[in-house]
Amino acid sequence: MKKWLSAVLVLALLAGIFALSGCGAETATLDTSKLVGNYDVPELRGTEINVYNWGEYVSDGAEGTLDVITAFEEVTGITVNYTMYDSNEDMYAKLKSGGASYDVVIPSDYMIARMIAEDMLQPLDFSNIPNYSYIADDFKDLYFDPENAYSVPYTGGMVGLIYNTTMVEGTPDSWSVMWDEAYAGNILMFNNPRDAFGIAQFLLGQSVNTTDISEWEAAADKLIEQKPVVQSYVMDEVFDKMESGEAAIAAYYGGDYLTMADVNPDLAFVYPKEGTNIFVDSMCIPSNAGNKAAAELFINFMCEPEIALANAEYLCYLCPHTAVLEDERYTLRGNEVLYPKEEVKTEYFHNLDRDTQDLLSRLWEQVKLA
Amino acid sequence: MKKTSFAQKLINAPYMVWSVLFILAPMAMVVYYAVTDRDGNFTVSNLASLSSYSETFVRSVWYAFLATVICLLLAYPFAYIMARSKASRQRTLMMLIMLPMWMNFLIRTYSWITILNNTGILNSLFDAVGIGRVQMINTPGAVILGMVYNFLPYMVLPIYSVMVKLDQSLVEAAQDLGCNSRAVLRKVIFPQSVPGVVSGITMVFVPCVSTFYISQKLGGGKFMLVGDAIEMQFQSAYNYNLGAALSLVLMLMIVVCMLVMNRFTDDNGEGAMLF
Amino acid sequence: MKRTKVLSNLYLALIMLFLYAPMLVMIVFSFNSASSTGVFQGFSTKWYGELMNDSVTLQALSNTLVLAVASSLIAMVLGTLAAVGIHSMRKKWVKTTAMTVTNIPMVNPEIVTGVSMMLLFVFVGKLVGASDVLGFPTLLIAHVTFSLPYVILSVLPKLRQTDRNLSEAAQDLGCPPLTAFFKVVLPNITSGIVTGLIMAFTLSLDDFIISYFVSGPKFQTLPIVIFSMTKKKVKPDMYALSTLMFLAVLLLLVLMNVLQARAEKKEEQALRAKREKGIER
Repeated sequence: MKKWLSAVLVLALLAGIFALSGCGAETATLDTSKLVGNYDVPELRGTEINVYNWGEYVSDGAEGTLDVITAFEEVTGITVNYTMYDSNEDMYAKLKSGGASYDVVIPSDYMIARMIAEDMLQPLDFSNIPNYSYIADDFKDLYFDPENAYSVPYTGGMVGLIYNTTMVEGTPDSWSVMWDEAYAGNILMFNNPRDAFGIAQFLLGQSVNTTDISEWEAAADKLIEQKPVVQSYVMDEVFDKMESGEAAIAAYYGGDYLTMADVNPDLAFVYPKEGTNIFVDSMCIPSNAGNKAAAELFINFMCEPEIALANAEYLCYLCPHTAVLEDERYTLRGNEVLYPKEEVKTEYFHNLDRDTQDLLSRLWEQVKLA
Repeated sequence: MKKTSFAQKLINAPYMVWSVLFILAPMAMVVYYAVTDRDGNFTVSNLASLSSYSETFVRSVWYAFLATVICLLLAYPFAYIMARSKASRQRTLMMLIMLPMWMNFLIRTYSWITILNNTGILNSLFDAVGIGRVQMINTPGAVILGMVYNFLPYMVLPIYSVMVKLDQSLVEAAQDLGCNSRAVLRKVIFPQSVPGVVSGITMVFVPCVSTFYISQKLGGGKFMLVGDAIEMQFQSAYNYNLGAALSLVLMLMIVVCMLVMNRFTDDNGEGAMLF
Repeated sequence: MKRTKVLSNLYLALIMLFLYAPMLVMIVFSFNSASSTGVFQGFSTKWYGELMNDSVTLQALSNTLVLAVASSLIAMVLGTLAAVGIHSMRKKWVKTTAMTVTNIPMVNPEIVTGVSMMLLFVFVGKLVGASDVLGFPTLLIAHVTFSLPYVILSVLPKLRQTDRNLSEAAQDLGCPPLTAFFKVVLPNITSGIVTGLIMAFTLSLDDFIISYFVSGPKFQTLPIVIFSMTKKKVKPDMYALSTLMFLAVLLLLVLMNVLQARAEKKEEQALRAKREKGIER
């Protein structure tokens, strides 16, 4: 009886899905003649790679876009086991555990620095990644990989202020608006320590990578001071709350503002004058990767002009790919939010030493307890 | 007698092996991590640093306690009505109670945000009928609501499963002897349902006290519950040792709570579910 | 009498409203034309179409179902055996120890269970020299482990309510212990076993945090996929998927009830026919 029951359940579910598949949305197809590199590598056919990426961080065929992973599988005959994480720290912990091996991961700057320092990444063989030549010079020689040996930039972005023009008067230009009593109960703050402290540190004129304990403590005091006016500490809830007008001001990534503004045109965006955090997420190969050649083929594929374009359109983040930036089909070309004309004062997060990391999490808990 | 005890051993063997391998061995790991530092040297500093979490612990236990009481108050009549329904209706109700839990936890929690927001569905309703808006999201009440919502089925099911086995002839006898319905409930039905209530409380209180995410999403992330603190140590802070120490203390606390509870409910030794 | 009936129905309805309000929201937003899960802009079925293209999600869904079915069945068998074993323990301290151990996975915060099991698996993996020990087997073990106490705690109260003498009487009457168990004990505890099974299935279906730690790159479940979206936003096609699952189960429910009602009616008729025959005779 029970078996019968679960069988029917699965069947009913599948029936429901297939009934609808008739009206499945169209996805773009890849014109393989436009590929620059050679993806017909017989000895890699039938092999597998494990790719570990951020959630929602690749063009996946939704809303008429290109399904990049499937395209790669079709072109190369390599099976991709695609899994996702939602923070650098989660990814780091998973790799560090030693229970799973991945072939491609896409960490952010400071995490790449940490992983290189801990021998968790291996140098890439750039002769297998000729498309690296498309990466813009701005994205080379970055602090976390000064020799350009371990990483191929995938995307980037900057944090800014998102505000609702119907609720906020004038144009805020400073992080101090997030401390403004006038907007008490309408402010959304990052719910992760590094980004939240970052904002306080920019406002206080500190470096976000300071090792001075008293500076971190001052930033914590600043955050505690802010707490009464904060509506909530959020990550992805920021989308719903800003789109529906539940909150007036939030700090979040520029690319995501573009997604929110699609739903709520009253939203505006600004980079505060005190400076802000910039990040770069790059493709890397962990040192315990099982299929390095296929991983490099994958990275090269992600740097194909057509693929990079599809990803840039899908993600709405900063694109490091020169061919995309010059492509007329790129709808975000010259977008003020992603590519501001005036220079924005920015600072990368660096890898904090162990003691500072511990201090940071302790102080963050104090903020929450206050 | 000897024969049965051999059969008994045979029955117990698979579970014994399983518990030693997958329950006790991982526990040993937790204890090990709680009393060592990053380099594996023995230390009590993890445990010593826990004093700063006392407020978090108290808050978590208090919220979990409230949620458990509310769950019990909601679930008991429900299970009672359910158990006295027709068989087909019982099956339907049981499925209906479990069905929401088959939907993803995160999506259900998101739906609650949409309902409870200041500009959300309930407040729009209140506005329409002229009550005015009520602040619901980002309050402790919202967090407790989230807990009740999530764990209510785990209170209903054990109580129900005891209630259906309830000896109906006893109820009739009591009525024949002149008991009014309240006395029947107190003297006949409730004592018999105690095992179900105790397992229900266990199944609700424990996940409530260690839950994470609910307070982040419905409580606005303004305070931490123990579950959130532990999650942070194991994930973003990457401090397994402190995380393990926190969880060790949490477990001890739960054990103490359960012992106290069993003292109250343990009338004839049968109610002692936990120990 | 009638009033209590109305009142009790009202009560059931209110609880159902509480349980199903979020489901309603979910269903409504699965038909949103915008990609928002907070602002409804217009009716559209496009997210159902998107879902069909989302191969990662569909794969994760089938993984989740396979894992839930497998782990709940194993937990059911193992848990029922364990409950019978624990129930028949005579020495008090043995019973106490067994119950304490049983409760550990429940008393443990999920994240601790997850991390500690991962540590164990990795440790064992290193012993045998495997660098990617995490995968379906480890997920299965973890899910069975955290489901077990729920099965045991559902079955134990039933065993307590079952008269111990019954099984002994059957044995005195010449039943071998095993037959006595199947004929006398099992029918009495079936509802507890079913409850346990459903709980195990439910827990497995929606577990995120333990699965997250013990899963590997080759086998990913739906909750992991959904939770990994929490930096970017959760797409409404997840709402569409949940709506479909919801409808499928609902459909099944209705079907089952209709079938059962029909079967009961038939039985009743047969019974009546028999009785009438008896009267004639």
